[in-house]
Amino acid sequence: MQQPNSVGTHDLMLRETASQTAGPYVHIGLALDVAGLPERDEEIWNQLAKPEADGEHIEVVGQVIDGNGDLVRDALIEAWQADGQGQYQPAFDLQKPFNSFGRTATTAVGDSEWALATVKPGAITRGDGKTMAPHINLAVFARGVNIQLQTRLYFEDEADANAVCPVLNAIESPARRQTLIAKREEADGKVRYRLDIRLQGDGETVFFDF
Amino acid sequence: MQDDNKRYVERDRNWHPPAYAPGYKTTVARSPNQALVSLQRPSVSELSGPDFRALRMGPHDNDLLMNYREGQGQDALPIGERVIMFGRVVDQYGKPVPHTLVEMWQANAGGRYRHKKDAYLAPLDPNFGGVGRCLTDDDGWYRFRTIKPGPYPWPNGINTWRPAHIHVSVMGPSISTRLITQMYFEGDPLIPICPIVQTINDPDAVETMIGRLDMARSRPMDCLAYRFDLVVRGELQTYFENQ
Repeated sequence: MQQPNSVGTHDLMLRETASQTAGPYVHIGLALDVAGLPERDEEIWNQLAKPEADGEHIEVVGQVIDGNGDLVRDALIEAWQADGQGQYQPAFDLQKPFNSFGRTATTAVGDSEWALATVKPGAITRGDGKTMAPHINLAVFARGVNIQLQTRLYFEDEADANAVCPVLNAIESPARRQTLIAKREEADGKVRYRLDIRLQGDGETVFFDF
Repeated sequence: MQDDNKRYVERDRNWHPPAYAPGYKTTVARSPNQALVSLQRPSVSELSGPDFRALRMGPHDNDLLMNYREGQGQDALPIGERVIMFGRVVDQYGKPVPHTLVEMWQANAGGRYRHKKDAYLAPLDPNFGGVGRCLTDDDGWYRFRTIKPGPYPWPNGINTWRPAHIHVSVMGPSISTRLITQMYFEGDPLIPICPIVQTINDPDAVETMIGRLDMARSRPMDCLAYRFDLVVRGELQTYFENQ
């Protein structure tokens, strides 16, 4: 007879399906145009905000760099962010002016920049009353990355909000917090933020578990 | 203030492959040296995620036999073993995950990907693209029709081959449940000698990635069926706010 309450946790629940790398051909599945495949009627891509979306329109760009300082040219990045008012918009609908979710990829040629066209997200107050500075959640998938690397992009010109953000402050090393702060650039009347993601070594980006 | 009064079962980082797994050489320069920073208090940023019910799908988005063709007429079908790949997306408590996005991509029957960067000498198939997507139904089921992909060599060791596999991507209820994996085919002798499979330490974890032949779902004189259930992180049902 089985003793009540003695069954190991894993017998009471299923184990998650194990992760595997998205591989070098991830674009076939998740970024068709990059692979050279014809796009379907609707694709999930890097324009989170159409021109008519409310908020401050920005471009967000960067490179992904490996431990040798070389460009990672086959990375796919997923973005998840609040709208200009700090609200997530879970219902993905390409007819809407703004979507909280998007995808982008580094490029096989040239400067290998990923890019998002979006609006600057608003700050978010958590259930405990603490306010997180405006941020974009990023997940990096690539060949040689066995499970996605999860990080956040913050904004250089939100210094006051960044200084009290409970998530940035959960990073023990103040120097490492800086790896998440995107630099502001202005070009052709557009506001652009730049954040390079360093997978390993000097200036290694902070990655989160949650 | 947005609702963050829920939690997911912690992701077991020893179950998943570690970032640094030198048998798979590309991980060596792409794995962080620093420890992950654990968010002790996940927020709406981690606990929410996209809902793709309004994403317009084409009629053949989940049918790789039909969704790419350069040839003409009835005979313009891809070469290879016709298979149905199907399964259920459930969470760790066995609860179905309805209306979630499942995406997949794969090589053709010769082991060649339709991708600018794949230069393997096996030919492209004019009637095979290699991409599919669908939403799970009310009970968490998904289904694709495709051909069984071929194994192929890749530059890792001198003579390293990937087992036949289909890449599978599932969103689940939030970005915390996001998962990309690969389905292997039951009985393939290349599975245990694959450096990418070998990034996983626990043999039970490898079993979660193996599609099972299901004769009951196969179609006589038409196609075989492989079942591949996906388990995503479970939402704790008895979570109480700590205050």
